[in-house]
Amino acid sequence: MSVHEQFAEDLALHALGVLQGAERIALEKHLEECASCRREVEQLRGDIALMALSTAGPTPPRRARQRLLEAVAREPRRTAAPAQRGWWTFVPWIAAAAMAVGLIALWLQNSDLQRRIEGLQNQSAQQLAELQRAREVVSTLTATDAMRVTLVAAKTPPQPQGKAIYVRDRSSLIFLASNFQPLPPQKAYELWLIPTNGAPIPAGVFKPDAHGSATIINPPLPKGVEAKAFAITVEPESGSSAPTMPIVMIGAGE
Amino acid sequence: MAALYDRYSAVVYSVALRVLGDTGAAEDVLQEVFMQLWRNPGLFDSSRGSLGPWLAVIARHRAIDGLRKRRPETDIADVVVSVEPDMAGDAERARAMEKVRGTLGSMPAPQRQALEMAYFEGLSHSEISAKTGEPLGTIKTRIRAGLLALRKAFAA
Repeated sequence: MSVHEQFAEDLALHALGVLQGAERIALEKHLEECASCRREVEQLRGDIALMALSTAGPTPPRRARQRLLEAVAREPRRTAAPAQRGWWTFVPWIAAAAMAVGLIALWLQNSDLQRRIEGLQNQSAQQLAELQRAREVVSTLTATDAMRVTLVAAKTPPQPQGKAIYVRDRSSLIFLASNFQPLPPQKAYELWLIPTNGAPIPAGVFKPDAHGSATIINPPLPKGVEAKAFAITVEPESGSSAPTMPIVMIGAGE
Repeated sequence: MAALYDRYSAVVYSVALRVLGDTGAAEDVLQEVFMQLWRNPGLFDSSRGSLGPWLAVIARHRAIDGLRKRRPETDIADVVVSVEPDMAGDAERARAMEKVRGTLGSMPAPQRQALEMAYFEGLSHSEISAKTGEPLGTIKTRIRAGLLALRKAFAA
């Protein structure tokens, strides 16, 4: 170890704590700047500590142990050491940093929620608009004051006509009738779904208006029935569970 | 705390007793040193040395402060001791004791005397010089040479 020779002896005295006056001031100034001399002081203190072993090893009386343990029991250990810079010095900073991170997280969460609310609002507005359009379609189809026109080849006398639009997967059926003949009281037309297998299924009872028009929208139907054809019969006003012959109109799917 | 006391109290007490020459005062130093460690365990930095030598150094400081009826001069947080052995085990301590005594015994008497006066009485080189009539520089040299002899004995 390279110790500054001019200080070598003073280092030993300093480590013993017996260096005084100007010599002590000069050495302490030097120690502030000289790491190797600081290490030498540590080493010398170790050498000095060995001196403790030269004492004949008398053991303290038992009461000293008791006295210490009683004092320890009376006095809870303090954790904050003013002279010591332990990790706990950084606790307030860690707390502040954690809080900042927490605030950022909250802010991000808040922004995310805001975006989701906006998304839901947009979605909701879109759904409202779609619903509005659907209602308009349905009300147009079902309006009693709607003008219903069936176009046929020119110079052909108007014929009774039914148009069924069926979506099997949704069990959704729209049926539009035009130019139907009026029926006697207590009688009504009944629409039938003729499945590929099995008996005809009732698909709504209707009475044409003064212009011979009628509309059926989404009558109750079993789910997912494959339709081979649609047919119309004349039934009692309350409808029948099985068609009463004859079939007055029929149409098969395209 | 009880375990630390059982391990190191003899070193702390014997140093204090040798310095102070009074069992009551030595007990007070013993109490003070261990209470300081209890109140503020962070004062001892285990990464920079062993606890035994550190306690020995602190005990000597406190005992000399008591001897000289002065306020504690050394901030013990600044005391770093770099040495082996730790003086914790009985066998280890006994071996080290033999070695220290042997080394001191083999020193020239004036050298051992200067070292012991500085160590146990906390006397400065000028005080020792005044007592022994030896020149200041000689005292300084003897003290340092004595400490280096101890170091050499344990380095071997």
